[in-house]
Amino acid sequence: MSEPLIKTQDLRVEFPIGGGVFNRRVMTAVDGVSLEIPKGSFFGVVGESGSGKTTLGRALLNAVPIASGSAHYDDGELQLDLANMSPKELKAYRRRAQLIFQDPYAALSPRMTVRDIIAEPIEIMKLTKSRAETDDRVREIAAKCRLNLEHLRRFPHAFSGGQRQRISIARALACGPQFVVADEAVAALDVSIQADILNLLKSLQRDLGLTFMFISHDLSVVAHTCDHVAVMYRGKIVESAPTRELFANPRHAYTQKLLSAIPSLEIAD
Amino acid sequence: MSLLDVKNLTLQFKTDEGLITAVDDVSFSLNKGEVLGLVGESGSGKSVTAKALMKLNASNVVYGDNSQITLNVEGQAVDVMALRRPRDLRVVRGGAISMIFQEPMASFAPAISIGKQMVEQLLIHTDLSKAQAKELSIEMLDRVGITEPATRFNQYAFEMSGGMRQRAMIAMALSTKPKLLIADEPTTALDVTIQAQVIDLMKDLVAEFQMGIIFITHDLGVVAQTADKVAVMYLGRIMEQGPVRDVIRTPAHAYTRGLLNALPKLDDLDAPLMPIPGDIPSPLERPSGCVFHPRNPELRPGSRYEVERPPLTEVRPGHFAALFPEDVAGES
Repeated sequence: MSEPLIKTQDLRVEFPIGGGVFNRRVMTAVDGVSLEIPKGSFFGVVGESGSGKTTLGRALLNAVPIASGSAHYDDGELQLDLANMSPKELKAYRRRAQLIFQDPYAALSPRMTVRDIIAEPIEIMKLTKSRAETDDRVREIAAKCRLNLEHLRRFPHAFSGGQRQRISIARALACGPQFVVADEAVAALDVSIQADILNLLKSLQRDLGLTFMFISHDLSVVAHTCDHVAVMYRGKIVESAPTRELFANPRHAYTQKLLSAIPSLEIAD
Repeated sequence: MSLLDVKNLTLQFKTDEGLITAVDDVSFSLNKGEVLGLVGESGSGKSVTAKALMKLNASNVVYGDNSQITLNVEGQAVDVMALRRPRDLRVVRGGAISMIFQEPMASFAPAISIGKQMVEQLLIHTDLSKAQAKELSIEMLDRVGITEPATRFNQYAFEMSGGMRQRAMIAMALSTKPKLLIADEPTTALDVTIQAQVIDLMKDLVAEFQMGIIFITHDLGVVAQTADKVAVMYLGRIMEQGPVRDVIRTPAHAYTRGLLNALPKLDDLDAPLMPIPGDIPSPLERPSGCVFHPRNPELRPGSRYEVERPPLTEVRPGHFAALFPEDVAGES
């Protein structure tokens, strides 16, 4: 197995839930998570609503504060302590870690053209020197995400859910990240489009050498796309194994329960 | 006599951009104690079809002249299309037909207790007194597996978890003893373990109350586990319908096969995920002939399906697909 790109040790995330100055009460959303995400892998995190999977993803992106424990990023060039970053380090990390959202209808500004949506991260991070260079970059990434280049001048409302999700993916990849968190990226899509987006994510992972953290509630989707799966329950990882092993031989009772609850296409006679 | 007969249902919406066809010549029937799965992607017209049974569609709807919806309750045939006045519509809205929606949080009023909402509809649709209605509501909450039903009766929707809210919704929908229950994606917003519980619950209830259920979903796995028969819809047309086992094991139409191939399966992790090629066309550019022909990888250019609309042809007993008869013979 290759070196871990992300490594956490006893990671905890807490949210305050009322209480005063002296009797601070907290809800622990992520409770002592230790994991290693190997470089270039498709790492799945499954669990039901409220299991803490989204919060874990956000903590790794530095979008929610880490309460205790450690999280490290190491891509060979850059080493970062995610729990303790200077503003300069955070800026460097933002370029390397990106998020793909669940709902492609809410994630895209209706008042920006597709070109502007994809170019925005490039422009904010000042990754290019001229507008022409930005345009080249946008076209390159749009082609990789199988978007029609003639569509770049249109607005998001003209697109279907699947096409919007491709635009979302293109925007996440525009700044050339190493680590991408896909939070329920196919949950809002129809099955035929879901298959298309999953295939696209897999091919992007191979072509660009990306590392994915794929957060999902759908075990069959995870089974088909991820190399490694971690099952979360009430803020803890209860089982973590290579995909094949986990599905062939689920050890934890909760994993077994999840697996048996999936409606199967097999119909009893 | 079947419980529900839908014949040649055609439904369009008047919009600024023109008439949009949502449902196009759809026919199906449902018997007592039977579960019909209505499957399709977004925009296939499955929800609009179900809402038509209660005439719940928006006011810009235009029904086709030949559309017929007949509901047979207690030996009487109700012509749903002819119902106009709100008083008459009550017979189907909440009386003989109940509906469960996808999002249980949005279906309960947030500032009125669950119990009050359950009693209110019972007072409208039945002759029960307030006290009897309360008793029945608590009994129904208990029946769907909610513990401490008397306490829950006085609670509000936000005090319940998603699964419990959906159970309460089912309890409320069933308390009027409807003859037909329409469930529009009732498990989509739920976690898999809760989904399994709700599916089991609905199966028990069909067995007990002998009502007909129309189960709308995009998930073929859920249909396989719940329905007796299934209708697969695409762009407002039925592409295939028949007994659920027969349709899922030996799908006759390329669209049904496409949906099945796109589904990630747990028993074969190496099987590639095959998306259906192309995108769903804009509702304003409805394809001619078979609506699925532009995305059908099995058709050769210039085929009959590009210009002519295929009829629903019987493939096997009770199993129909939108194919020309010559393709059915070669199929088996």
